[in-house]
Amino acid sequence: MSGAEERGEARYDVPLAVPAPDAEPARRNGHRRATMAAAAPAPDADGADVAGDEVAPRKAVAKKAIAKKAVAKKAVAKKAPGGTTGAPGDTGGPAAGRPGDRTAGERPDGVTGAAAPPGPAVADRPGDHWDRKVAKGLAFLRRRLSGDYEVDEFGFDPDLTDAVFHPLVRLLYRDWFRTEVTGVEHVPEAGPGLVVGNHSGTVALDALVLATALHDRHPAHRYLRLLGADLVFRMPVVSEIARKTGGTVACNPDAERLLGNGELVGVFPEGFKGVGKLYADRYKLQRFGRGGFVSAALRTGTPIVPVAIVGGEEIYPMLADIKPLARLLKLPYFPVTPTFPWLGPLGMVPLPSKWLIEFCPPIPTAHLRDSADDPLVVFNLADQVRETIQQTLHKLLERRPDPFGP
Amino acid sequence: MTPGGTPGAPGVVVVTGVGRYLGAHVAARLAADPRIERVIGVDPAAPNPELADLLAGVERIRLDLDSLGGLLVDLDVDAVVHLALVSAPDPQQGGRAAMKEQNVIGTMQLLAACQRAPRLRKLVVRSSTAAYGVSFRDPAVFTEETEPREVPRGGFGRDILDIEGYVRGFRRRRPGVTATVLRFAPFIGSTADTTLTRYFSQPVVPTVFGRDPRLQFVHFDDALEVLHRSVAEDHPGTYNVAGPGVLSLSQAIRRAGRVAVPVLEPGLAGVASVARNLGIGRYGLDQVDLFVHGRVVDTTRLEREYGFTPRSTAAAFDDFIRAHHGGVVVTRDQLAVAEQLVLEGIRQVRAAVRERS
Repeated sequence: MSGAEERGEARYDVPLAVPAPDAEPARRNGHRRATMAAAAPAPDADGADVAGDEVAPRKAVAKKAIAKKAVAKKAVAKKAPGGTTGAPGDTGGPAAGRPGDRTAGERPDGVTGAAAPPGPAVADRPGDHWDRKVAKGLAFLRRRLSGDYEVDEFGFDPDLTDAVFHPLVRLLYRDWFRTEVTGVEHVPEAGPGLVVGNHSGTVALDALVLATALHDRHPAHRYLRLLGADLVFRMPVVSEIARKTGGTVACNPDAERLLGNGELVGVFPEGFKGVGKLYADRYKLQRFGRGGFVSAALRTGTPIVPVAIVGGEEIYPMLADIKPLARLLKLPYFPVTPTFPWLGPLGMVPLPSKWLIEFCPPIPTAHLRDSADDPLVVFNLADQVRETIQQTLHKLLERRPDPFGP
Repeated sequence: MTPGGTPGAPGVVVVTGVGRYLGAHVAARLAADPRIERVIGVDPAAPNPELADLLAGVERIRLDLDSLGGLLVDLDVDAVVHLALVSAPDPQQGGRAAMKEQNVIGTMQLLAACQRAPRLRKLVVRSSTAAYGVSFRDPAVFTEETEPREVPRGGFGRDILDIEGYVRGFRRRRPGVTATVLRFAPFIGSTADTTLTRYFSQPVVPTVFGRDPRLQFVHFDDALEVLHRSVAEDHPGTYNVAGPGVLSLSQAIRRAGRVAVPVLEPGLAGVASVARNLGIGRYGLDQVDLFVHGRVVDTTRLEREYGFTPRSTAAAFDDFIRAHHGGVVVTRDQLAVAEQLVLEGIRQVRAAVRERS
């Protein structure tokens, strides 16, 4: 409770997005219900948040309405098969003429609203959620199969990230980890920003959760471009997932290039020291290396946003590290957790800990642009970031007495 | 004493490697430029019959690069364009040993001759983005200053590093000569015939399992334009020449309507050598490395200094697709039709289910 009072005062002049924990139990803070409520009246095209309980009543209503119109719909389908091929407007298909659809008059906004870019026509009624989902999925498949998407110079593929990666991680962070996010307003709306977090969890799920949660919660829905260890980019498959979701190798040229392009960059300066620490050392920030992230921020004048992530340490509590095996497999560590390797693949399931993520106020660096090569300035700034994260971690831990609580 | 030609543009230009596709096109283009008085094409072999027409305005001399020294002095040559590089070993032409002989020894001999040519004031050398080597710790985008972290495994990449080393030495010894090194991304275009265009022309394209490299191409016509400007104008230094933008390999294969077949990386080198022996393709470690790591370069310096932006990688690749639609397995239109059929089918099934309930 004392932690809650602390939160209200001094440090934050901006109102927090989530009410203090004593005002409302943690479960209610979860966004799942809140977003559902928000999404229900106007289910927009990218409404990936579909829960069975919410859709059921709507479907029942829809069923009756559709049953009446089914005959009319079929007639349209037969009458104007040409209209259906007009969908991929951007590929130069015969998109123009769709007289059959227009005269039928049953799809006024479904055409333009639901599947605007290349999406097909015949949405049989505006509220038909599933039809739109199917059409969207098929349009996505076609785009993928014909190579009709853009990839940036780092290999980032926003189309794939939005359609596959974010929905998967969303299940994890929202339903499995019940993540609460605070302080998103500290992340810049536009322009570059360097998000610096604590690393934990044996498997670096925290990076994925942070990227997706930030994208979902940020008003501008910004993508977090993560910087990963070169081990990630050595492994086949994993390296490509990392690149396609916006990651790149942690090195100064890449960091400065991304920041120079005005991107939001996420780094975990602890690296493997943070991910691979024992459960006994949980929430103790490790060394911050050479502070390369600080010099990248200084050179580009980018504000640093420290972020504290609580919950990652309990997903795979590492009880021991079998060093000889790690050396043999050329890994930085070989973990032993209560479930791994004893339960085999089942041991890969993360424990459902309760997660809290708090973004701290940004530390401006624009006035220090000339000191990028001054080790004293760099180390001081790195220490300041480290201290901020460590204190925020302690504060968040007070708010979360039970690691597996609701 | 004053060199011939208009200011900036040299009077007498020697182009090496005119027996090959790139050299012949560059020589023909320079010969068509009125600012340049004389274009001399040098190649030890006679050009392809198809290229012979192109070289009508070019004086051709069949000569090995080691006897070039006298020629440069006798003809008062102002500029040398060195294009005689072999990018992949050709078993019919002596394989890797001959390739290295031509690339490395040939360049050494050429530079030695250039050093002794008193009137020479310009040297343009073709290089490649392979000069950046391959490593897992590489930055995503190479600028001209990026140093290679690891020596490449492929023969061409190693040759390129050697060649650039010799050019650096030449710059030190002849600071008065404007030396331009152009690091080209792989060429592509409607007519160019390279290892990569042959690769993308097959209906079934082997890739490395679990890797989807980022690729960049430069359109052949843009490469010609840059080479032409390098001769006609003064642009000392090293430049990346590539189409802005990126295609991932899988994306390029899909855009070309081909089918990718992922092969495990340890097996790929073996498959490549078998294919080479069967005469199907000429894939070496250079290609395998490119298909594992990908390669993207920054072209800001080229755009600033030359005032010229090559067409984008995607546009260059589209041009290639239009010219090579023969082996297409699936087209975009077919996919669009399939999408419609599936969607229509699902809707009919759903409508039927609703009607029944």
